[in-house]
Amino acid sequence: MERSAIESKMVDLLVEELGIERDKITMAAKFEEDLEVDSLGVVELLMALEDNFDVNIPDEEAEAITTVSEAVDIVEAKVNA
Amino acid sequence: MTRAAITGWGKCVPPAVLSNHDLEQVMDTNDEWIHTRSGIKERRIAHVEVSDMAAVAGQHAIAAAGLEPEDIDMLLVCTCSPDRLIPSAAAMVQAKIGAHNAGTMDLNAACTGFLYGLTAAAGLIASGAITRALVIGAEKLTAFLNIGERATGVLFGDGAGAVVLEATENANEGILSTELGSDGRMTELLSVTHTGTEYPKGDPLYAERTVYMEGREIFRNAVVKMGESATNALEKAGLTLADVDLLIPHQANVRIIDATAKRMNLNPAQVYVNIASYGNTSAATIPIALTEALEEGRIKPGDVIVFVAFGGGLTWGGLALRWGDRTEPIRTSDAALPPTDKTGLELLAARPRV
Repeated sequence: MERSAIESKMVDLLVEELGIERDKITMAAKFEEDLEVDSLGVVELLMALEDNFDVNIPDEEAEAITTVSEAVDIVEAKVNA
Repeated sequence: MTRAAITGWGKCVPPAVLSNHDLEQVMDTNDEWIHTRSGIKERRIAHVEVSDMAAVAGQHAIAAAGLEPEDIDMLLVCTCSPDRLIPSAAAMVQAKIGAHNAGTMDLNAACTGFLYGLTAAAGLIASGAITRALVIGAEKLTAFLNIGERATGVLFGDGAGAVVLEATENANEGILSTELGSDGRMTELLSVTHTGTEYPKGDPLYAERTVYMEGREIFRNAVVKMGESATNALEKAGLTLADVDLLIPHQANVRIIDATAKRMNLNPAQVYVNIASYGNTSAATIPIALTEALEEGRIKPGDVIVFVAFGGGLTWGGLALRWGDRTEPIRTSDAALPPTDKTGLELLAARPRV
């Protein structure tokens, strides 16, 4: 899957699942500081990613995610594995 | 076919309130942090023991069913925080309410306890072994809280709720189906230590913790397992999610409840939430919530109600029932806890520290 397709779906999920304004979302944005997504919000996003991309993201890997781009990295590695 | 139907209900929450603002005085936290992550605004702190709260809730449930304590065949207390190891909290409740014709036992399935208890009691009724059960969920988990630990110290509260189950031959009411599950391999995700036989051995793992929880893993498992068990329980009853009138979930975290409801395609009006007032009272959340839902007129005759719960073990469960014709109590009871002049913060400060 193309990275751009994953990025686009990621933005959609952040808007739909977490109610974040589309304009605020950049790939460099940090979940906690820039998007005001707390740790449970990141878990909610991961569950949505797992459902939408049919991948499994263990908690150990999830804990390392701080930016939107890093979340895209993990999904990209999983779907193309 | 003989089924078990809920014919009485009641609750007992202790009077002393501990608000998030109170907690700000004793730990590094604040109201906004707690409320956005859990939905909790305040919780109750017991000045009495589990059997005292259970007895009051049980008396309300028996009165609501129009029964006397001697009519109860089985008294089952679902708890993971009984007064003592021996005897069971149920035996202590029996003495307090005078249910002298009942068998008594406790059941521990952590926060899923009430659903395990309902399933067990409903099975005893369906088999013909008993005809009337008093099933109580009662907890005093604040006795074990580590107040230095803000991730778990803010989440729990004390309280009790109870239902009377009676045999019915009416095919249009009662407990229709249930699905229970457990995964003991995930023991360490959620545990309360310092209480069992391993405690005296001085295991360093348990040196500094009492209530321990891996919040993120619990969140994920809870949302998935509660959604699955609700769907499976409905399927066993020949129903679908579209038939659900009211979901009464275990009240552990409003974010878990919201995520579960979303996966089940339920709208907020179909989900009962009262966590803001009580926090997580473990096995007591569902019977307390059921009682308040009835008091608020949220349950109508013939409604399909689904209970879902999740907790330490890990354990989980879903239960589907169809409510009968009566949504009002037959009688009311004036049973109440003795008063206290202590505040929630004072009661918490008086707890012995491990």
